[in-house]
This record gives sequence, C-alpha cells and structure tokens, in this order.
Amino acid sequence: MGGKEKLLAEKERIMRGGAQKYHEKNAEQGKLFVRRRLELLFDPGSIVEDGLFANGEHPDLPADAAVTGIGTINGRPVCFFASDSTVKAGSWGAKSVEKNLRIQEKAMALKIPIVYLIDSAGARITDQIEVFPGRRHIGRIFYNQVQLSGVVPQIAILFGPSPAGAAYVPAFCDLVIMVENNASAYLASPRMVEVAIGEKVSMEKMGGGRMHCTVSGLGDVLVQTEEEAIEMCKRYLSYMPKNFREKPAVAESLPPAEGRRIEEIIPDNQNVPFDMYELIERIIDRDSWFEVKRLYASELITGLARMDGRVVGIVANQPKVKGGTLFIDSADKAARFIWLCNAFSIPLLFLADVPGFMIGSQVERGGIIRHGAKMIAAVSEATVPKLSVIVRKCYGAGLYAMAGPAFEPDACIALPSASIAVMGPEAAVNAVYYNKIQELPEEERAEFIAKKRQEYAADIDIFRVASELIVDDIIPFEQLRQEIIRRFRLYESKDVSWPAKRNPVHPV
Amino acid sequence: MDICASMSGTVFRVLVKPGDQVQAGDDVIILESMKMEIPIAAEEGGTVREVRVAEGDFVQEGDVVVVVE
Repeated sequence: MGGKEKLLAEKERIMRGGAQKYHEKNAEQGKLFVRRRLELLFDPGSIVEDGLFANGEHPDLPADAAVTGIGTINGRPVCFFASDSTVKAGSWGAKSVEKNLRIQEKAMALKIPIVYLIDSAGARITDQIEVFPGRRHIGRIFYNQVQLSGVVPQIAILFGPSPAGAAYVPAFCDLVIMVENNASAYLASPRMVEVAIGEKVSMEKMGGGRMHCTVSGLGDVLVQTEEEAIEMCKRYLSYMPKNFREKPAVAESLPPAEGRRIEEIIPDNQNVPFDMYELIERIIDRDSWFEVKRLYASELITGLARMDGRVVGIVANQPKVKGGTLFIDSADKAARFIWLCNAFSIPLLFLADVPGFMIGSQVERGGIIRHGAKMIAAVSEATVPKLSVIVRKCYGAGLYAMAGPAFEPDACIALPSASIAVMGPEAAVNAVYYNKIQELPEEERAEFIAKKRQEYAADIDIFRVASELIVDDIIPFEQLRQEIIRRFRLYESKDVSWPAKRNPVHPV
Repeated sequence: MDICASMSGTVFRVLVKPGDQVQAGDDVIILESMKMEIPIAAEEGGTVREVRVAEGDFVQEGDVVVVVE
C-alpha cells in the first residue's frame, strides 16, 4: 500500500475509535462518541488535532484513547483533552498522558482556555510504572493544572467516570459540569472500597454526579444530557476572558426580566424570609444568569450575570434557605467564587441579607471560624471592583463576609430597608441586660425588653449609620439596578495591588 | 421518608399531625434560628406518620422532625 493510501486507511481506522460494541454500550447510556462531543463543542471544521497517530502501531489503542488539540468556540481558540471511552474504557496510558501534558503546555504558551472532556477509567494499572510515579506522568497533569490555575480558564465536563488518578482533574478546574447518572468521581471504586476498608456502598451514593453537586461541592453544574453539558460549557466561556490579562467581552445590554418591584419583594419584618433570586432578576440583564453551585450550600447564591452587557459576579445571601445564615459550606462556596472572579477581572457585587454566621456546637466543632475566615480573606484580597449592597439586615461577621466597609469595597451602599449591627435587637438586649432582666419581677420583663429593643433599633437605624459615614449612600429601591451599573462603569479603571509576599498563610 | 431539620434551632410551629396528607413542598415545621423563621418542607408527598418534636424543643441540624410515608 502506498503512503497516501496507508495514511487515509490509518486515519479512518483511528478516528473510528474502539470496537462497535463499545460504541453501542455508550449509546445505551446516553453517551456520545468523543469525536461527536467535540463536533458539538467546537465551531465546525475548527479543530486542529495533535497526536492522532499516538500508539498507531498498536492495533487496539487508536490515538491511545485520547483526543487532544485546539479548536475555536464561538470564534475563540480553546485547547482540549478528551478521553475516548470506546478504547480501553478511556483509560490513560503513557501516550495519552503525554498528549495531555503537551496540550496543557500549549494552553500555557498560547494563554488560552482549556477544556477537559472526562470519560475515563483512570490510569491503566498494568502500565502503572509508565504513567503513575514519574516526572512526566499523571502527577504532572495536576501540577500543570495548578500552574494554569488563574492564568487561563480551565473547565472539566464529566461525561462519565473520573476515578482514582483522574479524580483530581475536576478538583483543579474553575468549573465542573457533571452529567447526572453517568458522571462520577471517587478515589476508589465501590469494589476497591469494599476490599480495602469493608464498606458496601453504591457508585451513585459514594461518587455520583448528584452527590458531588449537592453534598461534596466538587461539582458546580448538574445537567441531564451531554448536549446540555456542552451548551453550559460554551455559555460559561462567554463570560470569561481568554486569560488573566484581559477582561471579559461586553455583550449587548438588555433590560431585566419584569416582575414585582424590589420594595414589594422585601418584607418589612426582618425575620420573614424572601426569595433573593427574585431580587437578582430585577437588577440583572434578562437571561444573563449563570449559576455556580446552585444545588450546594444554597443559603448563599453565587453566579455570573450581565448588567448593561458587562459581566459581574454576584454573591448573595438567600434568606429562604436557613434564614440566609452563613455556614461552613457557604463560606467555602463564596471564597472559591470570589477567587474565580478576581482571577479573571470580573467585578464583584455582594447582596447582603444575613443574620450572621451560624452558631452552636455543631458548626464550632466543624471549624466555622476557620471557614468564615477563609471567606473574609478572599473578600479582602479581591482587587477587582467590589460593591457591597446592604439589602436588609447585615449583622456581625456577616457584614465582614459580605464586603462591608472595612474590606475596601469601592462603595458600601444601603437600601432603605437596611439594618447594620453587631447583632440583632433581640440578641443584643439579651446580652447587655441579662442580669437586669433576671432581677425584675416577671410581669415587668416584657415591657422592659420591648423598650430596650426599640432603643437599640433606633441606634442601628440606617440613617444613623449613614450619618456616621459607615455606608456611602442610601439608594431608593427602584434605582438599585441603575446605581450598580453607574458605579461599576466608574470603577472600571480600578488598579490596586496587594503587598508583595511569597504567599499568604490562608485560613482553610 | 424522614424530614430533617436543615439547621440547629428551636421548633417554632408544628404545622402537621399524624394522619395529615402532605404534598411535595408543603411546610411541616417552622423552626426559629438566628432570629429567622426557617420553614422545613416535605420533599415528597405522603401521609404524616409521626411528629417527633413539640413547639419549644431544640433540634440539631439533621435531627428527624417528622416522618412521612
């Protein structure tokens, strides 16, 4: 066979992937062939593939079960690594690992985003000395990811398993999309878990997509189909610049979705919950919401949006869930989202209605002080434009965590419903006057307590707080969106830096 | 199905009794915690079999408050 014929025949063979039965098995589970996934993700005909002929001399390892290259997504170049689960279950051999390393190095050299399309059995254990311990082995994939982190966007889409060795790939990415029922991640499979520690547990319960998106926090977005996963990836990239040196693109400005006025959404009674999503809808451009970790720690909302066509990152308490109180997981969720926005020059908008951090023995033993400190450290270190809006109550360290005045927000502004204090009236009166209350005859206590609470409430009145220059302005409800848009426009040239150091010793 | 307290707090209102029919999303208990009203809802519909708490009780996050079948 001549060279040209051999080339055509080989390309055809390799691009078919593995045996037909594996394609069929995947199809039964709603899984697409890897090259079909890439067709859907990338602009037609835009892919330049490297390493197609890896392990071409081996009859059963086309492309060594991995496709790597660069393509354009909505015209912008993006690197990719994609496992082919029709070949040796998508497992990683020496060549697939080398291909992975090279495309990561390419992303670093070109300063463009990288997407990992995960569907793999992990390392080929029979080849372990060729893939596990060495300098250019699997560990280097994670080292490269850590180096790339914050330089360019890194996204993981779990179409299938991401086990053992591969489990860390999502952990080092900025955004993790998981296809329910197919995606999984775990350090050891249920079979290995039973052998090594004696636990009997199902794959879904221990490492399934839903578990990771609701309980462990490894997953950010849970979808039902592969097509949806790919759409979410493309959508997410539209909010991101191509690397840390640039700002996100400006899109067309759109008005917000219609609905109740903000004044109607917020109850007069500070202790009655409302739905923060409804308020967010009133201020952001319609259809511009991209939520991160919707199903995890839902007492705190984190998401990207556009306001007047410009990307903002929103951190908002959700009073409907746990009263909007900050917990260990919500503090972690916020910290990570703040780092993401700061990494890629996305201004941060804090919408506060928070009674404080959770208290009590359960959370103290869980380390809520450390975790809360982590969030506050992230808020402090963020040098993107930061705007803190006090929507309703904002007590105690909740004020600090939501970019209160001491944390260098470009402004801390309040709605007329706002109330800022070290603690709410009930708790404060109980703390200060406890002994006095105990000394009073029982029938006089209620009146005394009510009077002291009223005095305290007058003291934390928002006009008093503004009079003391604690907040920078009080904004009428219906002007909130415009005020935020105007301020962020004016803050666009912000250019501040943090003191030089080797690295901070972060609370974790 | 066990309905659990979503956070530590005090039982403020018990909204159901054994034998009541509930639908998915109906509140069964209101907790008070951090001076906020914390509604606890049934994730699925069914009949209330057991109410394990009374108004004023302290519950830890994760404690079962109502059992529905």
